[in-house]
Amino acid sequence: MSDFVFPAVAPLVEMTGITKRFGSNVVLQDVSFNVRAGETHILAGENGAGKSTLIKILGGIHTDFEGTIRLQGREIQPRSPLHSNELGIAIIHQELSLIGPMSSADNMFLGRNKATAGWVHNRLQEQEAAKWLTQLGLDIDPRQPVEQFSIAVRQCIEIAKALSQQARVLIMDEPTSALQEPEVERLFQLVEQLKQQGCGIVYITHKMEEISRIADRITVLRDGKLLGTEAASELPASKLIRWMVGRELGEQFPRRDKQIGTPRLEIANFSVFPQGRSAAPTVRNASFTIGAGEIVGVGGLQGSGASDLFLGLFGAYGNRVSGNVKIDGSTVTIHSPRRVIEAGLALLTSDRKATGLVLRRSIVENIVLPSLSKLARKGWRRPAAEQRVAATMAEKLCLRAASLEMPVAELSGGNQQKVAIAKWLETKPRVLLLDEPTRGIDIGAKREIYELMHQLTRQGIALLLITSEMSELLALSDRVIVMHRGRIMADMPGNVATPDSVLAAAMGGHEADNSLFAGNDIQSTNAPDNESCATNEPVGGE
Amino acid sequence: MTASNDLQRNTKKHFRLSPAARAFLALALVLLLGFVFNAHGAFFKLGTHRDALRQSSVYGILACGMTLVIISGGIDLAVGSVVALVAVCSALMAIHWNWSPWIVVPLSLLIGATCGAVSGGITALLRVQPFIATLAMMVFARGLAKHVSGGTKISTAIEQADKTYRYAELPKWFRAIDSRVLWGQVSVVTVVCAACLLVAFIALARHVWGRQLYAIGANEEAARLSGVPVIPAKIAAYVASGVFAAIAGICQAAQETQGDPEAGAGYELVAIAMVVIGGTSLMGGRGGVCLTLLGVLIIGYLEKILSINAVPEATRLMLTGIIIVVAVVAQRQRSS
Repeated sequence: MSDFVFPAVAPLVEMTGITKRFGSNVVLQDVSFNVRAGETHILAGENGAGKSTLIKILGGIHTDFEGTIRLQGREIQPRSPLHSNELGIAIIHQELSLIGPMSSADNMFLGRNKATAGWVHNRLQEQEAAKWLTQLGLDIDPRQPVEQFSIAVRQCIEIAKALSQQARVLIMDEPTSALQEPEVERLFQLVEQLKQQGCGIVYITHKMEEISRIADRITVLRDGKLLGTEAASELPASKLIRWMVGRELGEQFPRRDKQIGTPRLEIANFSVFPQGRSAAPTVRNASFTIGAGEIVGVGGLQGSGASDLFLGLFGAYGNRVSGNVKIDGSTVTIHSPRRVIEAGLALLTSDRKATGLVLRRSIVENIVLPSLSKLARKGWRRPAAEQRVAATMAEKLCLRAASLEMPVAELSGGNQQKVAIAKWLETKPRVLLLDEPTRGIDIGAKREIYELMHQLTRQGIALLLITSEMSELLALSDRVIVMHRGRIMADMPGNVATPDSVLAAAMGGHEADNSLFAGNDIQSTNAPDNESCATNEPVGGE
Repeated sequence: MTASNDLQRNTKKHFRLSPAARAFLALALVLLLGFVFNAHGAFFKLGTHRDALRQSSVYGILACGMTLVIISGGIDLAVGSVVALVAVCSALMAIHWNWSPWIVVPLSLLIGATCGAVSGGITALLRVQPFIATLAMMVFARGLAKHVSGGTKISTAIEQADKTYRYAELPKWFRAIDSRVLWGQVSVVTVVCAACLLVAFIALARHVWGRQLYAIGANEEAARLSGVPVIPAKIAAYVASGVFAAIAGICQAAQETQGDPEAGAGYELVAIAMVVIGGTSLMGGRGGVCLTLLGVLIIGYLEKILSINAVPEATRLMLTGIIIVVAVVAQRQRSS
């Protein structure tokens, strides 16, 4: 019944028929979305569903799109983040956008200082800042540099900044990812308070628990399309997950026959000290073995040490590691990436733009970079050989590019990832460490990468995999290792591992009481699929 | 080929000129300027071109090393002072002590290489910003040049213990460097400069090290994680820059027939301007020696055209400043 009253509440923001393309890639297709005053509107969907693109359009970051945006009935065109702020739309980013060494007052009035003829009224700004901060229940000195505060406090400062700009629409993009439990509680109180003040809140999260706690309405996106908007009460968790995932795991992940051979990588009592030996290690006494053709998934929450395990093994921390590492039975001294690469290890880093690729240089240059010396004769390069190698690799991985001389920066995410993989395959690795191999790439490219991984296992390469997507971890791994604060908490066969058991171990062995990965309800719906995928059910229809 | 690495594909929508094409265009424009303002035909005389090339040769030699360092994402401010240090040392060895060039030249190159190794080591090993490390080396080498020379020019007039002067003969090989070859039409320094450009070109375009410098300049962390020996490669770039500066120092001493501890002041900035005008990015990872060659010619010819037209030095400097800005803005890539 209550739904019939809603025409009286005109939406604060209404986005209609939004379509956004990146080149030929349609990332949003005819999406409509609205936010009312005094509601918390959850924007849900898997990675790559188009949530952040939609938000960026509203926030003035993406300015070329089709469709209309109305703010309180008036059509608007956010031209820039600043313009969208002026219109009353504020985004609280995942990566906070405050300037560390500046005070919270300075941050709040950055770009719109209270000033006479260029002279800043510091006192006035501080008073004003203090007013907004106290309103949020934050008792801090507005003159203190923001970098001295915890992330939670900084997030509140950012919200205060948005409020001081008279923001009516607040967009929070996974605001709790860096917060601890009591701080999350405070944030929720704040959200409630903002609702009562008539703000409309767009909240993006992957955590089911949060959705059920604060959602008024939920909009679900999948592969750039709108699946629908429902009142939270109409969308129970099980239905929400079906909407979000939309397919059985069995279809998403190709199947493979596993054939696990002799041990490829054996590590014993391996510890990593990124800050030097006097500081605490981020990986403590890790021991495990991977066989040829085996895929071992490493699970864990943020800060579990899984990435450091990879970086440590790869020599990225130099010799600040201890323990015994053997590849194919011979001991490897870890000293620098160069030596480790020679020993047959390769690492696909989690951030291909920052650490994986040289974006400004061409595809060929990137593919041959780790094997430059190998391809050269006495230090002199052989460009023809390099071209040949790169062309073969590109064909093998179905790389879609206009030319191999094109800068990698101009490729799509999936194709960039293929270049990053190609460069490692060219080194003929025996063990391949994959840190988030499918991050930020579309479903089709993901599938290709899964198939490639299977192909590599058939060649006897051992794969070690980190992924933050539980479904991927469970469906791809022959064995799952779970880390918590640098320690290996569990090492279980893939067909035994369930979201519950992984999560329990990831949280330090206690029973998982809330849903940090995906949520209790996801676990109950997904678990049967995982099992059917990991065992022997034939693929239907083929 | 380095130039072809820089060739950007012209997409259908945006017509973009490659940096090489733009630098060519700028050079053509400068030459056109010479054509128009030919100072009563002076521009069409062979001697004018010979002088233009000779006068930009020392800068061109410095620009070779500068290109390597800038592509690796660094900068070398010390080259001007290294020119002075080497000029003083080589003049001392060759003129005062009358040593053989077979000893003087290697020793001079060693001095330059050492300076480069020190500033490179400070940047790569101690992780001091290249600007600061080479600024320190710039000040230090200047001081060392003054210390070695006792603050005076090292010339053929040698002061004796009893305050009288003895006149030494200028070594023959000094005179040879300042002479001309190829029927008297090309200065030896220009030949040296061309050789330096060629060496730098081959190293960058065909040697593994060159490719490593590009990768380091564009993304040092990705290069390191790809097994590139980042620290040795970076130090080698500064060593190369030091060696090129030493070659420039010897040429400078030969041309001036003396070792002046004040020589080379501000040369580093001219060299940087040449590299940048060519289209090599100060951000690192992009550019090449062919572009630098164009940059050398652009600035060299510009100076010459202004001077044959008797433009006063004050105006010349102001014009050069404006032209650097215009050229670099025109070179800027719009790709995100």
